Amino acid sequence: MHSSIPVEISWPDKIFAHFQRVGIGQIGYVPDAGHSRLIALCQDDPKIIDVVLTTEEEGVGLVAGAALGGRRAALLMQSSGVGNCVNMFSLLRNCGFGCVVIVTMRGEFGEFNPWQVPMGTITEDVLRLCGFLTYRIESADLVDETVGAGCDMAFNGGLQVAILLSQRLIGAKQWTR
Amino acid sequence: MQSNAMMDRRDFVRQLLADRGDLAVVSGLGSATYDVAAAGDHPLNFYLWGAMGGTAMIGLGLALAQPHRRVAVITGDGDMLMGMGSLATIGVKQPKNLAIVVLDNARYGETGMQPSATDKGIDLVAVALGCRFKQARAVSRIEEAARVRALLHDGDGPILVNARISSDDTARVLPLRDGHAIRQRFIEALNCA
Repeated sequence: MHSSIPVEISWPDKIFAHFQRVGIGQIGYVPDAGHSRLIALCQDDPKIIDVVLTTEEEGVGLVAGAALGGRRAALLMQSSGVGNCVNMFSLLRNCGFGCVVIVTMRGEFGEFNPWQVPMGTITEDVLRLCGFLTYRIESADLVDETVGAGCDMAFNGGLQVAILLSQRLIGAKQWTR
Repeated sequence: MQSNAMMDRRDFVRQLLADRGDLAVVSGLGSATYDVAAAGDHPLNFYLWGAMGGTAMIGLGLALAQPHRRVAVITGDGDMLMGMGSLATIGVKQPKNLAIVVLDNARYGETGMQPSATDKGIDLVAVALGCRFKQARAVSRIEEAARVRALLHDGDGPILVNARISSDDTARVLPLRDGHAIRQRFIEALNCA
C-alpha cells in the first residue's frame, strides 16, 4: 500500500513490516521526531500496545515483562535515551531477554545542537559495552534487510540487538521554521 | 497480634501470598526479593537481584501481555522511588490486573539503613493517586494484610499499596540468582498455569 512512497521516506514502513512479521506486541518509546511515523503506524495497529515512557530505561523493564508474558516488545529511542538505559540493560543480558532497540541518531552528521554530541558520539560503543549487537544504517535501501536480520537474531536467538539509524538517513533536525 | 508494633515484613508478605493460585509476582531487588522467597519459592516468582527502579515496569509489561492474569509487584521504597516515573507510565495504560505493594521501611536496607525520601514524608500513595491509579492506600497494621491480599486477586487496578513496615533487620533468604533460570522457569510455569 505504500509502494508509491519513495524508499528514502518509506523506511519506517519497512521497520513496521518486520514488527508485524515477527509479531511485536508492545512498543515502548519516548516521543521522537525521527520515529514519529513508526510510532504512528504502531499506534494504529490493534495488535500492538504502545507504551509512552517517562524515560527510556522504563522500556527495558517493559521488554522483560512482556517476554515473561509471552509477548515480543521493541523499543524506539533517540541516541540520548541509550544513555538513560545503561544499568537497566543488565536485566536483558542477565536473563537472556531478546530485544530490538531502534535508535535514531543525534549528535552526528549535520547536527546543529552541540549538546547532543557527547552522547551521540558514544552511543554505539555504549550499546556494545552493554552486550548489544549493533548495526548502523546509513542509507534507506539497507533498512529492510538490516531490521529483518536484527529482529530474527533478537527473537530467535535471545540476543540484544540495536539498530542505529544515522542522522544522514533520518536527516538532521531542522532549526529554522 | 500486636497492632501497635510496626508490621513485620515477613509476616505481611507471607499473608499476601497465602493461597496465591496463579498470581504472578515480580519482586524488587534486596529485601523484597528475600521476603517473597521466604513466603515460599514459586516458579511464578520473578526475583530481581538488580535493575533497581525497574520492578514496576516489568510488572506493567507482564500485565499488558497477560491481561487475564493477576500480576503483583512487591518491592521496596527505594526501588519505587527510583522508578517513580513508571507510576505515570502505568497510569497512562491503566492495567486492571496490576497491583504494586511497596514495603516501606523508609530505609535503604541493603546499603546500611540510610533513610529514604519516604522517611521525610514523601508520599507514594499521593503520587500514585496523582498518576490516576484506581486505588492507592497506605497500610501499617498486620490485620490489614488479608484485605491487601484480596486486592491483589480481585481489586480493580492499577493499585498501589504502601505498606509501612518495621525497619528491623531480617535474615536473608536467598532464592535462585541465575537470571536465565528464573526467566525460563517463570515462562514454563506461566504456560502451564
